[in-house]
Amino acid sequence: MLEIQNLHASVLDIENSEILKGVDLKVNKGEVHAIMGPNGSGKSTLANVLMGRPDYEVTDGDILVDGESIAELRPDQRAHLGLFLAFQYPAEIPGVRPWQFLKAAHDAKAEARGEEKMSVRNFTKLFDEKVEAVGINPDLVKRSLNEGFSGGEKKRNEMLQLEVLQPSMAILDETDSGLDVDALRIVAEGVNSMRSPERSFIVVTHYQRLLNYITPDIVHILVDGKIAQTGGPELALVVEKDGYREYLPAAGATG
Amino acid sequence: MTLATSPAAVEKFLSAYENADQAKSPGWLSDTRQQAWSIFSELGIPVKRRGNELWKYTNLTPVAESDFEYDLSGSVSIDQVRSTSPWDDTWNIAVVVDGRFNADLSNLTEDDGVSVGSLSDAFSSGSGEIESQFASLAGREEYAFTALNTAFASDGAYVAVAPGVKLGNPVQVIFVTSDSAKSRASYPRLLVDVGSDSSITLIETYVNLSLSRQLSVPVTEIFAASDATIRHYRIQMENENSFHLATTRVAQMEDSQFTSTSFAVGSSIARNDIHTSLDAPGASCTLHGLYMTSGQQQQDQEISTTHVKPGCTSDQFYKGILSGNSRAAFSGKVVVKRDAQKSDATQKDLNLLLSRGARIDAKPSLEIYADDVVAAHGATAGHVDSDTLFYLQSRGIDEEAAKAILIRGFAEEMIDEFEPESLNAFVEQVASERIPVLLAESDTIGTT
Repeated sequence: MLEIQNLHASVLDIENSEILKGVDLKVNKGEVHAIMGPNGSGKSTLANVLMGRPDYEVTDGDILVDGESIAELRPDQRAHLGLFLAFQYPAEIPGVRPWQFLKAAHDAKAEARGEEKMSVRNFTKLFDEKVEAVGINPDLVKRSLNEGFSGGEKKRNEMLQLEVLQPSMAILDETDSGLDVDALRIVAEGVNSMRSPERSFIVVTHYQRLLNYITPDIVHILVDGKIAQTGGPELALVVEKDGYREYLPAAGATG
Repeated sequence: MTLATSPAAVEKFLSAYENADQAKSPGWLSDTRQQAWSIFSELGIPVKRRGNELWKYTNLTPVAESDFEYDLSGSVSIDQVRSTSPWDDTWNIAVVVDGRFNADLSNLTEDDGVSVGSLSDAFSSGSGEIESQFASLAGREEYAFTALNTAFASDGAYVAVAPGVKLGNPVQVIFVTSDSAKSRASYPRLLVDVGSDSSITLIETYVNLSLSRQLSVPVTEIFAASDATIRHYRIQMENENSFHLATTRVAQMEDSQFTSTSFAVGSSIARNDIHTSLDAPGASCTLHGLYMTSGQQQQDQEISTTHVKPGCTSDQFYKGILSGNSRAAFSGKVVVKRDAQKSDATQKDLNLLLSRGARIDAKPSLEIYADDVVAAHGATAGHVDSDTLFYLQSRGIDEEAAKAILIRGFAEEMIDEFEPESLNAFVEQVASERIPVLLAESDTIGTT
């Protein structure tokens, strides 16, 4: 279970840069939560702060996983506890092949949890299965990670990582309005196939479109660094129809 | 006053030169050596850098201020060679110790159409074109270190491939500096003559068994006849107190291909000066390399190609990984002569700086006198990207391991070029041992 309590976060080393201004959120095992909100509301920051991106600083509040605070943990330690962030724009890493990268990640997690590392043979078997399941072109995974991948291929690759690493809490940062339908579908397929009573998701998105493919249990509207409203899947439809205007202060003043 | 303009450090090499073995040299060679000595004694060690484009980035004062003995009494065991160099029993391997060919340590296969052996024997038997080839590309020019090497040239290795021979197994020449507490100078020499329509994989390896300061001044001359294909590799891993000032000169005839990849991790001051001359239409050369530096090391790549005739292609591409207070220089030069229409030339130097103290001077340059030419050049220096680092960390890989993966990834495309399996494994091993050393001296990554 993930619990976010009164979370405040700023950009590291920049004064008066508070982006998250007291977020409270509770995600139970097996639930899929969608976080929606207007541009600049802090959605993407929230996703990154949960994973421990060093560009941000938590100034108040806490993040708990199964009752233990993770706010001081490094990103790799959070990953070992089962957190996963699917990136909106995954980095291109020349010279590093997906297999090699995922083996290192899989081994690191096993080691941190005191489990035995998977043999090269067994890992290759798992990897090949997941490559097929996610529908990535097998030639692609022989190339450098994400280098020269199309937007859709990068998304599939993120889903491959999700499948191989089997996190218990996956956060998907899909804030960009520019994602094409194909990419949305890939992400949605990944989430739907991974949905289980043991795994929770936080799907961060601007538009309701993604939620045509993923039915969340709970929808939150994040405005100006705080949760402004929480509801069921129907809340997403309201936003789709009316936009975020009613949540913004002095509606109309910004044009 | 005169001191400042007189050639530096010449006297330090004089007695060694006077005592050097001339007995077995044929007359033409003695003449060449004497001429070379007079060139060196006029030039001295090039310590003056201001206004001296060739030596602008290479500080040779430590070389000029050191004393080196000339001593050929060192001995080396086969185990020492095999444990420090790439090795494969199927390769045709010549081992040269302190500049002297050593038959006992060599692994000379009986492959048809190729002779691999001592340069001294080739001199005395007048093999092939040796009299006209030796020192024709390097040695008579106004260049201190080729002159110095030539002045001492009595032995080394000689590789000749007969016309029309496609060699399957690589040929390797290992230049070993023997173990000694004394500082010594050695003058490794290699002459390679590849006949028309022949092909060879040639590995040049420089290793040092001594931990003390050694000066190594190698010269390699390579002749590629028409339609010859040469896949060349160069491994430089001498000890970090040593000086390695190397010159490679390549002459290419019609439609010949010279493809070279170097891997340089050794020495206190190292300079890899390679020049290819595309002397006939359709010749192509590829000069690639990877350098890794740490501590106080300096690694300089002086890479130049001359397009003499039309329709030739050159490709220079180097990558550097620098840490600690190390320095590197990439000075790439392509000259396209007026006759060399339809030339295609690219130059690239990419660097990963891991510390604030590391410094790269990159100077790609094109001098084009023809009008129908395709040319491009570029150089970059960057740090490990913090977003990329976070991406790896978010998958559970800790910062140190993530950095190592990224550094290794940066080197990957160059390491991949080392194709022979045993060679690739060797380079892979050395690189993976070097990366933690570089990481231990890094300070600019992981910060935002």
